[in-house]
Amino acid sequence: MPELSYREAVRDALTQAMRRDDDVFVMGEDIAEMGGSMGVTQGMLAEFGPERIRNTPISEIALAGAAVGAAMQGMRPVAEIMYEDFLTIATEQIVNQAAKHRYMSGGQLTVPVVFRTQGGAGWSPGAQHAQQLESWFVHIPGLKVVFASTPEDVRGLLWSSIYDDNPVVFFEHRTLYGLKEEVPEEIEPIPLGRARVHREGEDVTVIATGRLVHEALAAAAEAEKEGVSVEVVDPRTLQPLDENALVSSVKKTNRCVVAHEAVVRGGFGAEVAAVIQYQAFDWLDAPIERVGARFCPMPFAPVMEEWVVPHANDVLEAVYRTVGRGN
Amino acid sequence: MAKVEQRGTLSKSDLRDFYREMLLIRRFEEKVEERFRAGELAGFLHVAIGQEAVAVGVCRALEDGDIIMSTHRAHGHSLAKGTHPNEVMAELYGKAEGCSHGYGGSMHLYDVEHGNMGANAVVGGGLPQVTGAALAFKMRGEPRVAVAFFGDGATNTGAFHEALNMAQLWTVPAVFVLEDNKWAESTPESQHSPLRDLSKRAEAFGMYTVKVDGQDAEAVYKATRKALEHARSGKGPVFMHVDTYRLVGHYIGDPQIYRPKNEVRKLRETKDPLPLLRERLGLSDEEVQELETEVEEIVEASVEFAKSGTDPKPEDALKNVYA
Repeated sequence: MPELSYREAVRDALTQAMRRDDDVFVMGEDIAEMGGSMGVTQGMLAEFGPERIRNTPISEIALAGAAVGAAMQGMRPVAEIMYEDFLTIATEQIVNQAAKHRYMSGGQLTVPVVFRTQGGAGWSPGAQHAQQLESWFVHIPGLKVVFASTPEDVRGLLWSSIYDDNPVVFFEHRTLYGLKEEVPEEIEPIPLGRARVHREGEDVTVIATGRLVHEALAAAAEAEKEGVSVEVVDPRTLQPLDENALVSSVKKTNRCVVAHEAVVRGGFGAEVAAVIQYQAFDWLDAPIERVGARFCPMPFAPVMEEWVVPHANDVLEAVYRTVGRGN
Repeated sequence: MAKVEQRGTLSKSDLRDFYREMLLIRRFEEKVEERFRAGELAGFLHVAIGQEAVAVGVCRALEDGDIIMSTHRAHGHSLAKGTHPNEVMAELYGKAEGCSHGYGGSMHLYDVEHGNMGANAVVGGGLPQVTGAALAFKMRGEPRVAVAFFGDGATNTGAFHEALNMAQLWTVPAVFVLEDNKWAESTPESQHSPLRDLSKRAEAFGMYTVKVDGQDAEAVYKATRKALEHARSGKGPVFMHVDTYRLVGHYIGDPQIYRPKNEVRKLRETKDPLPLLRERLGLSDEEVQELETEVEEIVEASVEFAKSGTDPKPEDALKNVYA
């Protein structure tokens, strides 16, 4: 089994889809010669040329919109939005256009486009390059939303997103690009809407996304030393959401922590908490704990950034609160 | 819809057919106003009275396989692109038989089979998608052109500038049809643009630009043929600056308090495309009456069709969200 980094895994999915299918192409800012701001598309220009590894002007509206228009004509474009903060500029095309053409046409159109983007704290880029905005898009009927946390997942989920006939907003976390793991030789597509249980446990379920999956796994290892058994579940697809997997895990453990890097208020964890309390109310032995960033824009100073976003210890403390051992 | 026999030249019979189509749009729009005022139609309705020659002149010039994207003022474009009046009217009545099956409404008329990729109710919102559709045609080597309709108000949006810049940069086969009716809803051009000549905005991107009198259907047709040929031959996109007039309010019921009272009256006397074409063709009262009768029957039938159509089930609202 080859070992791939998260970055290489994204590249592998793009490359193999483009080899297989002329309708797949990538467009974005600085993706050609430079290979993208995160180096994801490095080397792809040489294989596929500038038509299919298409550099765009700094025009997020037209970049997103042209991808939508091409998708409506049967192409399968992957539009790279360099930083997810810039999704705010492209949002009109994603929310009012991509998400609604199928619906407004009464089912005549499909819009098989992927908006790939990345973000997150860890490198101190400040308030306009480190947000986590995935929950915004979960609120929009017509969009699918993916947030992958491992190399194998990001490859299999991106493949499925490219071949999904709906618009998909695909989130990657910047600090995960260097993460490596062994992956199968052949891409194994991961169906959108299927959660992954990373670690089984008996006492507490942590439902985590993106970087926080790894923080939750670290917290679980610590908790185990104290005799608390933690199950870690990654929904992977935020819309559609694998509610059954999340609810059945909590019915087993009777305790739940939701964890993401985005701010707690209005974050995706709020939706998960609502789903769990409604479907597993009688099984819960403690209030659902929410872990996320503090309610401020992302600060620059590394000491502040570090303090604002959650880490393994924050997850661990939340776990302990659910079993009555918290401070 | 009969195709014009010899492309680029129009016989009297072709132009008579244009007149009939424009008359159909006019009477259709008047009927829409009437039924809206009678309380039968929901939603926001914008009629294209005064702009019929643009819809007909452009759409008649298109080839099969060419696509359009339209605006909130979409009825005329849809009819001219070949959607049956019954289906347009049924959509306005919110019926399953409508061209968007009741999911779209007046501002979201679609007919993919006839090359209508949708009317867009976000001003300028469709323009990047026209660039993208044209890019798809170019990448696949298809001899097709993507055509955008939009108004002067849209030329102030970021989407307009980004879409045109990108289209020219990539020399995609697109035609951007500016229906310059001098009003962005209630805001006159003097209040929304520092330029009196909006084609300069396209020239700034190095785009080939054509100006045409939008009240003259034949001129619009010929200009469109030229634009399509340019775009289809790989020379890149074309900006058509079409000078036209909105002879009604922005929406049905608009009291037009922002507009001098005699402006519309004067424009109707001098700029109405229907009498202009009628005069040019020298149509007799009998010929016009014959066409009026024919068109009226079609419009009345469309109302009957719509009213006897099927209401979607409320829970059908949950269909078509995802493919």
